[in-house]
Amino acid sequence: MKEIKATAVTETVKRLCIEANCHLTDDIKNCISSCYEREEWQGAKEILGRIIENYEIADENDCPVCQDTGVACVFLKIGQDVHIDGDLTRAVNEGVRQGYTEGYLRKSVVRDPLDRVNTGDNTPAMIYYDIVPGDKLEITVAPKGFGSENMSKIAMLRPSDGVEGVKEFVIRTVLEAGPNPCPPIVVGVGIGGTFDKAAYLAKCALLRPVDERNSDPYYAALEDELLERINALGIGPQGFGGRTTALAVNIEKFPTHIAGLPVAVNINCHVTRHKTEVL
Amino acid sequence: MAIKIKAPLTREDARALRAGDSCLISGKIYTARDAAHKRLCELVSRGEKLPIDIENSVIYFVGPTPERPGQVIGSAGPTTSYRMDAYSPTLISLGQTGMIGKGKRGAEVVEAMKEHGAVYFGAIGGCGALLSRCIRSSKVVAYDDLGAEAIRLLEVEDFPVVVVIDSDGNNLYDIGRESYLAARAEARSDEA
Repeated sequence: MKEIKATAVTETVKRLCIEANCHLTDDIKNCISSCYEREEWQGAKEILGRIIENYEIADENDCPVCQDTGVACVFLKIGQDVHIDGDLTRAVNEGVRQGYTEGYLRKSVVRDPLDRVNTGDNTPAMIYYDIVPGDKLEITVAPKGFGSENMSKIAMLRPSDGVEGVKEFVIRTVLEAGPNPCPPIVVGVGIGGTFDKAAYLAKCALLRPVDERNSDPYYAALEDELLERINALGIGPQGFGGRTTALAVNIEKFPTHIAGLPVAVNINCHVTRHKTEVL
Repeated sequence: MAIKIKAPLTREDARALRAGDSCLISGKIYTARDAAHKRLCELVSRGEKLPIDIENSVIYFVGPTPERPGQVIGSAGPTTSYRMDAYSPTLISLGQTGMIGKGKRGAEVVEAMKEHGAVYFGAIGGCGALLSRCIRSSKVVAYDDLGAEAIRLLEVEDFPVVVVIDSDGNNLYDIGRESYLAARAEARSDEA
């Protein structure tokens, strides 16, 4: 049994909130710069150039890449042989509170979806708990902006709709979102499970590096095909026209019921942020 | 070549702009997003005075990150504009001439823009670190209790935007995509 102090969890979450918001990961940066090279439409290329300039400024000055520093989505992989000394949920929220306050990040959470009073410290976090073998605690913080979250969708397709139905739904969702989610976007797709599981899978898909394909060759090919078809829509960076509408399509799947084919599409903007640390 | 424009923006200047024009805005603009727009429109419906000078005003839909000591403002890029669709027609009818945001607008907003002579600009979404460099000063002028959603008066210099919808209702989201697709189709047929 390994003992991890709740204060160590707080410290880590705080640091991850700040780092994730100020520094994009290399996979996203490399992907944006290779799209810049390939983009042939002049206006689109200029916007991609501005996007690169923006994350470079954020890197140099340790400032947020985007003013929507998001709701803090925190993914915990808790080893079965770990004992947390203290209240884990409270420790995570305390880390978010400290990170968003001391890191000069925007507080974007309201205490009630209808009375809409800001909590003032960006808590509570959206916390996902997963129990795994081992004696480690893996913490991922993924700040999620809502311009793109609002363009996300879920559909309970019929099994007879098959893969063509899935493709049609994903492409229609991206087309209807158009300029709203700040393209170029990352498209997270969850297929299977239940209504809620599909949405969770779509969110998890956004955590995978954009240069890594699904380990199942069938789904890897589906990711490639969807990316190509999305980039043929012509929406382009910011929706002003061009090739680069999406940076990647990441799919996660799970077994499902004989009667169902749930599909969820969680859209992220080019500011796709996540940072992981293992205790 | 970008067109230099001044804010506050006169109706005449607003009407001269065309969808697709790149502009650099200098002068004074307000910030407001969901909560502030709701309060402004509640004042209007009660017949009370607004806390901002609405005539010829340009409103930037933004909720910046808090400034660090010594900074004018934190990161400050545009938020998605359709959430302001319920409120913009009222403010346009009272004299607002410019909006800065990103994303689509509803038909009711475009109608109000055509009727009164207003323009909708797009700033690059997700570029808050870059855009904040064009902001010279920032002062909260109303609704301090709303935090990031308070109304600020910003002084901007060469703030880069593109005209997305002009006062005749032309829309860059349609025109830009169509011309890209047409050029690509032409390139393909040339290859064939």
